[in-house]
Amino acid sequence: MELAVTLFLFFSIVATAVAIAMIRSLFAVVMLAGVVSLLSALLFIVMDAVDVAFTEAAVGAGISTVLMLGTIALTARTQKSVSAPSLVPLSVVTLTGLVLMYGTLDMPNFGAPNAPVQTQVGAAYIERTPDDIHVPNIVTAVLASYRGYDTLGEVTVVFAAGIGVVLLLGGIGTRRRRQRDPEGET
Amino acid sequence: MERHLILRVATRLLVAPILLYGLYVQFHGEFGPGGGFQAGVIFAVAFILYGVVFSLQKLRSIMPDSFVHKLVALGVLVYGGTGIASLLLGGNYLDYNVLAQVGYEGQHWGIIIVELGVGITVFSVMVAIYYAFAARPPSLRDEDW
Repeated sequence: MELAVTLFLFFSIVATAVAIAMIRSLFAVVMLAGVVSLLSALLFIVMDAVDVAFTEAAVGAGISTVLMLGTIALTARTQKSVSAPSLVPLSVVTLTGLVLMYGTLDMPNFGAPNAPVQTQVGAAYIERTPDDIHVPNIVTAVLASYRGYDTLGEVTVVFAAGIGVVLLLGGIGTRRRRQRDPEGET
Repeated sequence: MERHLILRVATRLLVAPILLYGLYVQFHGEFGPGGGFQAGVIFAVAFILYGVVFSLQKLRSIMPDSFVHKLVALGVLVYGGTGIASLLLGGNYLDYNVLAQVGYEGQHWGIIIVELGVGITVFSVMVAIYYAFAARPPSLRDEDW
């Protein structure tokens, strides 16, 4: 049953990706990209990674879609038509996919009990969290407490990204100019 | 968007539950899936939805740019400040055990405060990025999409 659900989700993702490659209207492409995000969120749920699924659904399907819509509103609504389909992009994609698949051959199976992630530090976190922190969600314990430095770094990355976008696209500059020259159009 | 009655009514109905759900995800993160990052995004989605369906001007009058930009920094300050607080109380940086009498209670306090910092920064960064993108283009007519 679980295998059937996983296969269905994977085939749906591939079908959506093919549709994205075929469609010229960028509005439809953005919407289908949101569908891909939702489908991968469902895949993460099948793999019991609910926290990751949550983030994927909220960021991938929610925020990115809005930002992509904002971008195509700034630029163009349709993709430029290509006269002859070139084989180079297809071969690059196929080759990269094959290399990635080859890479997974070395990895332990999903959920394998002797995988390094189960035997080393993961087991220690599962063992220690009830005594150290008393929270049922070990993901939160690892993120906010055991790996607090990493999360501080992540928040700083989000902070820097936000400041960068605001500076580049002129939120602060526009405001200053408007204050200096309240009558003028910015 | 003035003519889209269904969208406007549905948005009015949806915004409050989305905000409530964001708060739930924020403060229930130690017990269920979720945490500051997801909660910040969900909270921002409610505001962005309001801005998309109603108007950006309306949203900006509720949440001015200067306020959002201050929140961006506030979240990181809350996170870093928790570390400083634990330093001042005699522990290591971001060692929550010293924040309360009992070690695990300190951990609870530390996690809640730190996740709040994450949530504030993620929320305000998402809203700030949305402002930066949406403030630039002239608003498109429905047919142009």
